[in-house]
Amino acid sequence: MSDAFSLAGTTFTSRLIIGTGKYRSYDEMKAAHTASGAEMVTVAVNRVPLDGKTESFLDHLDQKMKILPNTAGCYDADHAVRTARLAREALDTEWIKLEVIGDQVTLLPDNEQTLEAAKVLVKEGFIVLPYFTDDLIMAKKLLDAGCPAVMPLAAPIGSGMGVQNPSNLRIMREQLPDATIIVDAGVGVPSDAAIAMELGADAILMNTAIAESRDPAQMATAMNLAVEAGRLAYLAGRMPKRLYASASSPIEHAIGAEARTK
Amino acid sequence: MAAINISLNGEAREVPDKINIDQLLDLFSLPKQRVAIEINSSVVRRANWATTIVHNADKIEVVHFVGGG
Repeated sequence: MSDAFSLAGTTFTSRLIIGTGKYRSYDEMKAAHTASGAEMVTVAVNRVPLDGKTESFLDHLDQKMKILPNTAGCYDADHAVRTARLAREALDTEWIKLEVIGDQVTLLPDNEQTLEAAKVLVKEGFIVLPYFTDDLIMAKKLLDAGCPAVMPLAAPIGSGMGVQNPSNLRIMREQLPDATIIVDAGVGVPSDAAIAMELGADAILMNTAIAESRDPAQMATAMNLAVEAGRLAYLAGRMPKRLYASASSPIEHAIGAEARTK
Repeated sequence: MAAINISLNGEAREVPDKINIDQLLDLFSLPKQRVAIEINSSVVRRANWATTIVHNADKIEVVHFVGGG
């Protein structure tokens, strides 16, 4: 079966994209990355410490992984644009996960600043993958700005709450049938990932759900299976929901049928 | 040799006058691979590190990558 996931000219076999933060050790992270089947991982841009310790985090990543730098920690468009430019210079990649945060408590995105930054970065040739609130109109604006995909949240970053607004995701899928939708943030357990995929997400980006689990490699395996299960279910097309039962076995000629009360 | 005052990754530092970016990285034993440099909010391309002179009151950022989501 060929159900590859194509994004900005790159084809991925896996529809799971994972983060590199919060792992208890590099070994745990590597094991989880391998188990996840993911082909792309996110990294954050940070100041180099001035203490002369020059260990490179990137050395701890599987070299086959595509690296997606993010603009985490940016609270306005200007800082996000600067961070993206630095990431491009350092890694020689046009890819950027655009993240402009609105406040420190909820880490919810500032959609307005995100759109502003997206417009600037697209003009500069970046492949902009924006994290934003799960809102159809915002998704349209980001796509119009030239983003090759949109990345609506399922729930706040690191909350593990799962898909909080399935209707929004469904509406986005139905109204933007050709758009690439990557659910980013908020997945806690594999069933959350499966739900997002069943609703028609093209891929899922997660970090904490794997990194903070007791056994990240095992959870990564579970997430991989859930993403695949959800994808297959979406392609297969779910049965309609009914308020009342619909018998699976023929009841018309079951013995004692005549005595059955209505 | 005269010294100038700069901000390096948000910290005040005194460095020799007319130092270039390449020398600045050496001075603080900072990595040169897979890092990027910004002076006063503009990226300095790697090819220009050796010819870009640091000036008094420059705000310099040296970034690399860390784990993130």
